[in-house]
Amino acid sequence: MSEPLLRIENLTKRFGGFIALDGVSLHVAEGERLGVIGPNGAGKSTLTNCITGLLRPEGGSVHFAGSDVTALPAHARARLGLARSFQLPRPFHSMTLAENLAIPRDYAARHDPPDPRELLTRLGLGAKADALPRSLTQIELRKLELARALAAQPRLLICDEAMAGLSHSEVDDMLGVLLVLNDSGIAILMIEHIMRAVMRFSQRIVVLDAGRKIAEGAPADILRDKEVERAYLGA
Amino acid sequence: MLDLLANAIVTGLLLGGFYAAVTIGLSIAFGFLDIVNIAHPGFVLLGAFAAWVLNATWGIDPILAGLMLTPLFFAGGAAIFRVYHVSFERRGAAGLRGLAFFFGVLFLTEVALILLFGADYRAVNLPYLETMIGLGPVAVPLRLLLPFAVSLVMFAALQLAFDRTFLGRAIKAVAQDPVALRLMAADPVRIKEIAFGIGIATASVAGALLVTIAPVDPSMGRDYIGRVFAIAVLGGLGSLTGTLLAAIALGVAESVTSTLYGPSWSPAVAFGALLIALVLRPSGLLGR
Amino acid sequence: MRGGGIFYAGAVAILIAGYAAAASGINDYYFYAAYIVLQYVVIATAWNILGGYAGYVNFGSAGFYAVGAYTAAILYQLVKPPLVVMILGGGIAAGVIGLAAGYLTLRVKGVYFAIATLALAVVLETIVANWDYVGGTRGTYVLRPHHAFGFVNYPRALFFAMLVLAIGSVVLARVIERSKLGRGLAAIRDDEQAAESSGVPTLRLKLFAATLSGALMGVAGAPFPYYVSHLEPGSAFSLAIAVNAIAMPMIGGATSWVGPVIGALLLGGAQQIATVTISSILNLLIVGLLLIGFVIFAPDGLVGLFRKLRR
Repeated sequence: MSEPLLRIENLTKRFGGFIALDGVSLHVAEGERLGVIGPNGAGKSTLTNCITGLLRPEGGSVHFAGSDVTALPAHARARLGLARSFQLPRPFHSMTLAENLAIPRDYAARHDPPDPRELLTRLGLGAKADALPRSLTQIELRKLELARALAAQPRLLICDEAMAGLSHSEVDDMLGVLLVLNDSGIAILMIEHIMRAVMRFSQRIVVLDAGRKIAEGAPADILRDKEVERAYLGA
Repeated sequence: MLDLLANAIVTGLLLGGFYAAVTIGLSIAFGFLDIVNIAHPGFVLLGAFAAWVLNATWGIDPILAGLMLTPLFFAGGAAIFRVYHVSFERRGAAGLRGLAFFFGVLFLTEVALILLFGADYRAVNLPYLETMIGLGPVAVPLRLLLPFAVSLVMFAALQLAFDRTFLGRAIKAVAQDPVALRLMAADPVRIKEIAFGIGIATASVAGALLVTIAPVDPSMGRDYIGRVFAIAVLGGLGSLTGTLLAAIALGVAESVTSTLYGPSWSPAVAFGALLIALVLRPSGLLGR
Repeated sequence: MRGGGIFYAGAVAILIAGYAAAASGINDYYFYAAYIVLQYVVIATAWNILGGYAGYVNFGSAGFYAVGAYTAAILYQLVKPPLVVMILGGGIAAGVIGLAAGYLTLRVKGVYFAIATLALAVVLETIVANWDYVGGTRGTYVLRPHHAFGFVNYPRALFFAMLVLAIGSVVLARVIERSKLGRGLAAIRDDEQAAESSGVPTLRLKLFAATLSGALMGVAGAPFPYYVSHLEPGSAFSLAIAVNAIAMPMIGGATSWVGPVIGALLLGGAQQIATVTISSILNLLIVGLLLIGFVIFAPDGLVGLFRKLRR
């Protein structure tokens, strides 16, 4: 089996006495769509931060694009093609949308980066390319998060609860965008609460609970898994 | 030589207790409220000069004066918190602007003191402070012993207040869980205001202790910045015992250095301690 | 405003005007005053590269300035080098200190950098006050050279030198602001974690900004010994520099190169005029109040107010 694009082995993260991640291992293949679900407090955001490098794990390793990136700072991982969107949109508020995208284009993209305006148009934000983030609606901010992550020309995009609080049709909208992106070759790790979205989108699902991986497999299998049921609904 | 060293250590211990009193207000603000009040030493200086005025004009004992003025300082602290909260916290701009605000306040306290009192030293003239008390092989003046004792009492009182009263526990909780606090019918903003006010009130006492120990001049606030932040960070923000221990450690380090190399190098000791503190307690990009 | 041509034409025009003024019969006093105002242009611009562009506050500007001044004084005592060498030396020394301070504190929350700079200034002043070689608290004498680069007297030469430095630092600030580096610094200021996740090497950029900012402040301080002839810690580590370094860029407007220039010219000019009538300490009180006032009511400074009015 060829080396997966992202490989996490035995990741452990502690905050003082609290164990947020306890020996989590998972992998994402080139171009794959992986979903990560789990009840609140399961450690999903911590996992994202450890993968991208904003947090240092106490144990375990992270391999991306064939290299061991466990000790690499976040910006270096971004340059290797690892991008993420934040759960709560965090735009650069003093810059226009186009300028927001210019940052990852200048600092992370490796070759032939996409034109920011074109990218914005693809996501339906073309008309606001010269506007400031404060004039955007909630879903537009979410799309900006995605656009900015894409401007870095990622090989893997981690979407951290990108659909929270969106309406039914807005969720479909976002799913459509993400599927198109995946078609173009970008692997996507989707962390989500909205079951409908994750089930439709993912080829494979990993379930976290209290910092541990408790199940992994095809969406249909996960739905039937007893451990998953127990984690979400209680014993 | 050994005598000199013993003397230096005991002096450092007593001085450390006093440094803890100077620092505790900042530790409360920084630790519980996440407010980097770099102006705190300025308030201590204000307290020192206020105590001096009461002593020089009406002969009131400075420490008594400091205690008498705590309600005034509490009110001032609460007022400053209100300004800070409305101007910065609510707008989510606490970083750069909050720091600049407190720097302005620190600067103003120094300038105001210079305008009112000139740049020279002011001292209290109380002969009883020079009484020497024997502590084993070493003799120390009341001038150092009394502030140390008062500081310990103040710490004990604060510890009791934080552990036993609803207000105290609410203050400890406000940084961690403002929502839960609301559910208990306590207004987080009001709690923070009271906490910050208490912090500034301690400056009144600390200032009185300062002028008891040594003459004061308006520029001394800046000398204490390195000290208080080193102590606050090393001791653990918001921890009373930690602050006390770190302060005593710094006091001893300063005193020994002063005995061996001369007193003018004290700021360097504090700065070195600050650097050590920053190295030992790195917060990284995400953590505090 | 893409007015690159206009900007550089303006800079050259100012340079020529300054030279003409220095060669004219205008009273010497104006050059003494103008030197101070121009010095503040450099200091305010330097502060803003780290404070306004990247969002990291330096409270110890007086320390960096004094490092420049005292390095120049030490070089003078050693080899009496030309002014340019003294300026370079002052800049390098202060830059190294900026780099060291940054290296130790920029990896943790920004507030610790601010605190460290405040404590650093006190430590530097302590070291200088205790150092006999530079005269300790009594200070040291630095005699102006006889030749004055073709000007009538040395103060005019110093004025022109500071004018060159002021224009140079503003040009540098503008170039940085419009470059990829400047955009990276702005991203750090807006949201450091998001910037890091977008590929911006935040630590490296912050260290660069801290080094450059410190170096420019040292450059501003290097000619000071010649200006005062008697250099002592009180004037080198002055309260005025400490507060003005922050007040001028924040009152002017911290997000672009324009703010520090406006702040320095307006505040600096006003203070030069005011020192004739009111005491210097009252002067500083007013600056302090203005700083607090602007920080609360007009945090984007005069530039920000101007932009709001235009809408």
